[in-house]
Amino acid sequence: MSIWEYANPKKFMETSSKVLPWVIGLAAACLILGLAWGFFFTPDDFRQGSTVKIIFLHVPAAMMAINIWVMMFATSLIWLIRRHHVSALAAKAAAPIGATMTVIALFTGAIWGQPMWGTWWEWDPRLTSFLILFLFYLGYIAMWAAIEDSDTAADLTSILCLVGSVFAVLSRYAAQFWNQGLHQGATLSLDKEENISDVFYHPLLFCLAGFVLLFVALLLLRTRMEIRARRLRALQLRERMA
Amino acid sequence: MRALLVRDLALAVKAGGGFGLSLAFFLIVIVLVPFGVGPDTGILREVATGILWVGALLACLLSLDRIFQLDYEDGSLDLLVTSPLPLEGLVAAKALAHWLTTGLPLTLVAPLLGVLLNLDPTGYRWIVVSLALGTPALSMIGTFGAALTVGLKRGGLLLSLLVLPLYVPTLIFGAETVRRAVDGLENTTPLLMLSGITLGTLALLPFAAAAAIRINLR
Amino acid sequence: MPDLGKYAIEVLSAYAFTLTLLGVLVIWTLYQGARVKEALRAFEDRRAEAARSQEAAE
Repeated sequence: MSIWEYANPKKFMETSSKVLPWVIGLAAACLILGLAWGFFFTPDDFRQGSTVKIIFLHVPAAMMAINIWVMMFATSLIWLIRRHHVSALAAKAAAPIGATMTVIALFTGAIWGQPMWGTWWEWDPRLTSFLILFLFYLGYIAMWAAIEDSDTAADLTSILCLVGSVFAVLSRYAAQFWNQGLHQGATLSLDKEENISDVFYHPLLFCLAGFVLLFVALLLLRTRMEIRARRLRALQLRERMA
Repeated sequence: MRALLVRDLALAVKAGGGFGLSLAFFLIVIVLVPFGVGPDTGILREVATGILWVGALLACLLSLDRIFQLDYEDGSLDLLVTSPLPLEGLVAAKALAHWLTTGLPLTLVAPLLGVLLNLDPTGYRWIVVSLALGTPALSMIGTFGAALTVGLKRGGLLLSLLVLPLYVPTLIFGAETVRRAVDGLENTTPLLMLSGITLGTLALLPFAAAAAIRINLR
Repeated sequence: MPDLGKYAIEVLSAYAFTLTLLGVLVIWTLYQGARVKEALRAFEDRRAEAARSQEAAE
């Protein structure tokens, strides 16, 4: 059984409707568990006080913001090469989710930094890169909205996504270069490098899982909607021409 | 191809062609800044590099939607696409025409405007160098954006939204090249990055832009 | 509510913002989905009606 079977819209609709309740349930469970655990049952950090609790929002959101764009890159490529409509529509469906995650990452990042930096915004290379990523999401969404023909829109937005991805990576390095990471290794750079103690790490894992599952659930829902919308438009067009 | 280039240049230089418009816009932006920021020459010197770069960037943006629009509207774009000339070459020629009529004049005028902003003496040479290296990228990226949005009725705004984020790396490295030189630091890294980005866009974007035009003309 | 100390406002606003935004996203998705599903269903019902009445006429 190949994954390409799901490129068939009908198969996709059938399978996704079966899978959806499970994904939603799991997402809710992980999110509630992770966030409640993190919010209520973790200690304060000696440096950051209770603001460390923001990690449970900021890190998953930031990860999703980037990974969703990567997914859009992959599905755009698949569309251009194999012309599977489900792929193109999945990219379209993912964009608003990614944009929202980016905004959450920006907002929580800024709030988290405020007590440390003393200002509401700092041109930290990380946050700056997310700001630029948000602009890319906006442009992509705007482009889908501006073009009437579905296939043309899919083609052009895919090209935009591919080219944009290259520039997004470039911008990341440019932003790092531009503001030599005044906060390198400090509070916000807590990926795999910095050691988070287990007491935070475990609830964080649940939050990460929760965000990922939430994305999958929303993606399935939105893609299903896009497939239906496309079918509706095609039917309306056919009716008008007949 | 040369004929095409000449034709585009002639069109641009004629009245309403956008040639003078970009320069005028550049001048206006530079003149507006002190009104907004205050006449303190110390502060102006600090921001001069950035203002010059951002002003040039915005001025480039102005004439972008014209690159393919006129040809699209009167049908000549369809003819050009079916000609034996490779579409990628056509796109490159258009980008070149845009640069010659926008980017290059901006680069040459920048030092004069730098005087208005009290640019540091070391900055003059470097603002010209960085703009000379960076504006071709701006033209090429802009041409790509124009190819994506050709045929859209209100494409201009969307064009800006798409193109400005793509301009960020060039802007950062271009401005940094000047700033570091002015601060007496080594500026080879941003200079090389800037050149690399320009060369990369010139080499690769014509293909993406050509693909976009073919899609739009279907 | 755990004792959030002097950063209470920051932490609470971060959580409030995030949960609100996620909530809006979920609700909007569900709403859009329901609307499209309904529109498609209505359209296909009308088509089925039209097809049936055409058959009856023949």
